Amino acid sequence: MSRRVVVTGLGVVAPTGNTVTDVELALRKGRSGLRRMDQLREHGFACQVAGVPQGVDELAAARFREDDLLAMNSNHRYAALAALDAWTDAGLVVPELGDDRVDWDSGAIVGTGIGGMDTIAEKVVPAVNGKRVRRLGGALVEQCMASGVSARVGGLLGLGNQVSSNSSACATGSEALVMGFERVRSGRATRMLCGGSEGGSHYTWAGFDSMRVLARGFNERPHKASRPLSASARGFVPGAGAGILMLEELEQALKRDAHIYAELAGGFLNSGGHRGGGSMTAPNAEAIRRCIRGALADSRVEPEEVDLVNGHLSGTRADVSEVRAWSDALGRGPDQFPILTATKSMIGHALGAAGGIESVASVLMLDRGFVHPCTNCEDLNPDLDPFGDSIIRETRNDVDLRVVAKAGFGFGDVNCCIVFKSCDPQNLILQGEF
Amino acid sequence: MTQEDVFSTVVNTLKPYAKNQVALKNVCLTTHILEDLHVNSARLIDVVLLLEDAFEIEISDEDVDSVVTVGDTVRLIHANIG
Repeated sequence: MSRRVVVTGLGVVAPTGNTVTDVELALRKGRSGLRRMDQLREHGFACQVAGVPQGVDELAAARFREDDLLAMNSNHRYAALAALDAWTDAGLVVPELGDDRVDWDSGAIVGTGIGGMDTIAEKVVPAVNGKRVRRLGGALVEQCMASGVSARVGGLLGLGNQVSSNSSACATGSEALVMGFERVRSGRATRMLCGGSEGGSHYTWAGFDSMRVLARGFNERPHKASRPLSASARGFVPGAGAGILMLEELEQALKRDAHIYAELAGGFLNSGGHRGGGSMTAPNAEAIRRCIRGALADSRVEPEEVDLVNGHLSGTRADVSEVRAWSDALGRGPDQFPILTATKSMIGHALGAAGGIESVASVLMLDRGFVHPCTNCEDLNPDLDPFGDSIIRETRNDVDLRVVAKAGFGFGDVNCCIVFKSCDPQNLILQGEF
Repeated sequence: MTQEDVFSTVVNTLKPYAKNQVALKNVCLTTHILEDLHVNSARLIDVVLLLEDAFEIEISDEDVDSVVTVGDTVRLIHANIG
């Protein structure tokens, strides 16, 4: 059984806004959500800029019961808010308190990269070291376990299909989408809420800062700190949030008369095996090329059909090799290269949530007919000069987008590529193709 | 401290954890904490810790296991505070 899978709902909690509307506006305006963080300065971080969603606790307090809130760290709050928004955006109703029914056809794959590090650092470690284990209470395990975010979503919505969390570093959110897509395509679920979530904590980011992979030298200019494709890029800016998409079987979506944002046409996951230049922290370029080609083949999309690449592009030295890998995989040199942008230029790198948030951005561009800019690359990396005309510096509203490719590459030498296609419901019904 | 004072503190402590607000409104000594108030069993230990703080007592694990109703809790606390 092979079914077509469409996106019928979006939910996002991001440094640029906590609703799809606000995030879309920020994308269109090229507005940065990055801020200088006093906490990072006080703790001696070299990078003192981060992308953290604002006003989330107030939103969560208005949305969730008090006893749930007591067991929801930032990771849980981001995931739950985004998931509920995606659910309602898809035209579905959030169960009332006390509704004991289980929705056996719907599930969730919501991944996280580092998860409840803040809970571990702020609560578990001090209590255990202080010999106060007895005082830890009953709400810690669910906030520390990786699957806590998907379990939280599943509980709020009464989901009875697969409910699990994946983890593949910075490819997590994208990988969740491919996993959920495969489940719906195979007929094992009617709809799946998929994406990623990551809490915002200096404890999560400390190791990256020590590795010297976070952006340095832009603490006084936080909006300029995330610089994909730029000659002056000095590492990525850590971020947090959640991006969750409702993936639904096409016939069900049509039957419900749901708004169809896009078709998730296909995707691919692989690893470079820490060979061929790959390692725990570096990608095997051949694996990236294979991943992109695999996603296109899975989607039955020809390389020349790709209109827009929303790359992994995080503002590190890997940006150059990523663009070259796209060019090689697509068989399209600088003259034929599709247009290129990077959502991270405005929100930073939300780690396990990146693929989810950036997929929301990709689908919004496809559905609403615009391309957001890749900001801060006014000084393009000279190695990418031949691709300069493909890089979107100002918002474009004149592009007829049909196919968007989104990639996420992660520590561990793991890769993910997704292909979204635009759709016209009228054509769907009349021609069965789009 | 009167039994009424203890009862009032126990109910207020249970309040955020009670999913059944109707049962909470009609709460009495025979109200079951899990079955009637629909308190998540994983949260019971948090309630115990809060009550320990409120009354400056320590409740043994064995005693926690014996608590079923609001009245059980009130009696247990009363016994501990002497």
